[in-house]
Amino acid sequence: MYPLELIVPPGFLANEPVRTALIVGAGAAIVSAVVGVFTVMRGQSFAGHALADVSSAGGSAAFLLGISPLLGFLGVAALAAGAMEWADVRDARERDLVTGVMLGVGLGVTALLLYLGTIQGSTSGAAIAVLFGSMFTIPASIVPLAIGVAGVALVAIAVIYRPLLLSSLSADLAQARGARVRRTGLVHALALALAVSLAAMTVGAILSTALLIGPAAAALRFADRPGRALAWAVAIGWAATWGGILLAYDSFYWTPGHGWPVSFFIVALIFIAYLLAGLARWRPRQPALRRPA
Amino acid sequence: MFTGFMTNTWIVATLVAIAAGMVGFFVVLRRAAFAAHVLPLGAFPGAAAASLLGVSELAGIVVFSGLGVLGISQLQRWDRREVATALWLAVALALGTLFLSMTSEYAQGVYALLFGEVLGVSSRDLGAVAVLSAITIAMTALLFRPLLLDSLSPELAEAAGAASRSLELAFLAVLALATAMALPVVGALMVFSLMVGPASAARLLTDRPRLALALTIMLSLATVWGSIALSYLSDWPVGFFVGALAGLAYAAGRLGVARQGR
Repeated sequence: MYPLELIVPPGFLANEPVRTALIVGAGAAIVSAVVGVFTVMRGQSFAGHALADVSSAGGSAAFLLGISPLLGFLGVAALAAGAMEWADVRDARERDLVTGVMLGVGLGVTALLLYLGTIQGSTSGAAIAVLFGSMFTIPASIVPLAIGVAGVALVAIAVIYRPLLLSSLSADLAQARGARVRRTGLVHALALALAVSLAAMTVGAILSTALLIGPAAAALRFADRPGRALAWAVAIGWAATWGGILLAYDSFYWTPGHGWPVSFFIVALIFIAYLLAGLARWRPRQPALRRPA
Repeated sequence: MFTGFMTNTWIVATLVAIAAGMVGFFVVLRRAAFAAHVLPLGAFPGAAAASLLGVSELAGIVVFSGLGVLGISQLQRWDRREVATALWLAVALALGTLFLSMTSEYAQGVYALLFGEVLGVSSRDLGAVAVLSAITIAMTALLFRPLLLDSLSPELAEAAGAASRSLELAFLAVLALATAMALPVVGALMVFSLMVGPASAARLLTDRPRLALALTIMLSLATVWGSIALSYLSDWPVGFFVGALAGLAYAAGRLGVARQGR
């Protein structure tokens, strides 16, 4: 018996659902971490979370209509992101409230769709599947689409990297230097929608916030340069996701016949990383990346 | 619609609407919509834990609301307010997922806790809700002036001897209390709609705080009463109508403002 088998149980990598979970999970974690760094810097954590919840309305609709859940999540998230960005442009002070009201409406629609779904009788566990995700039940056929979505989001961020970074640190400065702040904001919002939909599919609409905000917040606690913050956020998110999948798989052996949820392990690992990041921040000054609260 | 078991429903819903409206006024003033979303949602794992341990659901919710207040204010020392809020949400929901995985037949319970079950209020719940809402309303009234001052001008409030940090804690505590009260009745997600929708609509209509507060409570009552009636007639979930009516109230307020050309 190889020492590695103590950690990675035999059959882990040969298992089809596990392989799918590893691929889709890594994609979601990487994209969420990259987009999340900018989302935290721009102070849009609430919008990021709201998008995830609102997109779950799309997920419920997909359940009901029998179309691909990712398309449902994606379509509604993109719509909501556009609407939020539009409201922000009109009146930045209203952002918190517009986000809140839209979240309320979205959740109401989710309630209705889930209710209609249970009346049709086919999906009694739909509420839980949509909100909390079900990583080991992702169909393998979704892998190409998921990788495509992740790729588009990463390319979008890469294309606008410099102006996005500038406008996230100081919108006024970016405007003064001739950057297209509004267009940058819109592209970021759409990348956010893509990242959130993908994460909502994997760890569930509610817990996708953990993948978006957690690694980014942890990285920004001690990294002093944007590039390093991005690298650390990706590393933390990715490691937590794979570690979580592994632990969840192992947990079938701890408590016979009953595994612990993947989402729980992923969030626990991310939160531990966040706490450790606080310890790692030995510098006396606040990192320059974050604006004062 | 107004007989028998529905009487309890109307009384409880009215109490919830008044308390949620009063707290919501400050939620909107302090731009704390995220906290108003996270505290109820982060409290619902308490109900799952309570069912696991075999204790009262309300006790679990109260404990987790309190934990939420402590968690958010502790995380706020390390990070920005909304990041702290998001992190608490993730932690609470991860625990909730774990608790849910340990009980097998809880899917319907989750749905009720998230989206509300206003049509099935027992007389025992009625007493608890009445006490909690009385405390919430009293605390909001007590904190009205310092909170208003702090929300409008933190420096001025500081000068008047009210520390921003302890006021934030007091505000979160009231929010948690309103949450614990409303959660079993209207559900985690709908407490939030009720707090944000009517208050942000009222704020668009007037600048005067007391008038805005009165308007908020009126809109909140209208939303809740309308939702229950519609839900009763259509058999659709009450959460949908609360969300939709709160959204409509805000949209109407927006339109009104646009008309006035303000």
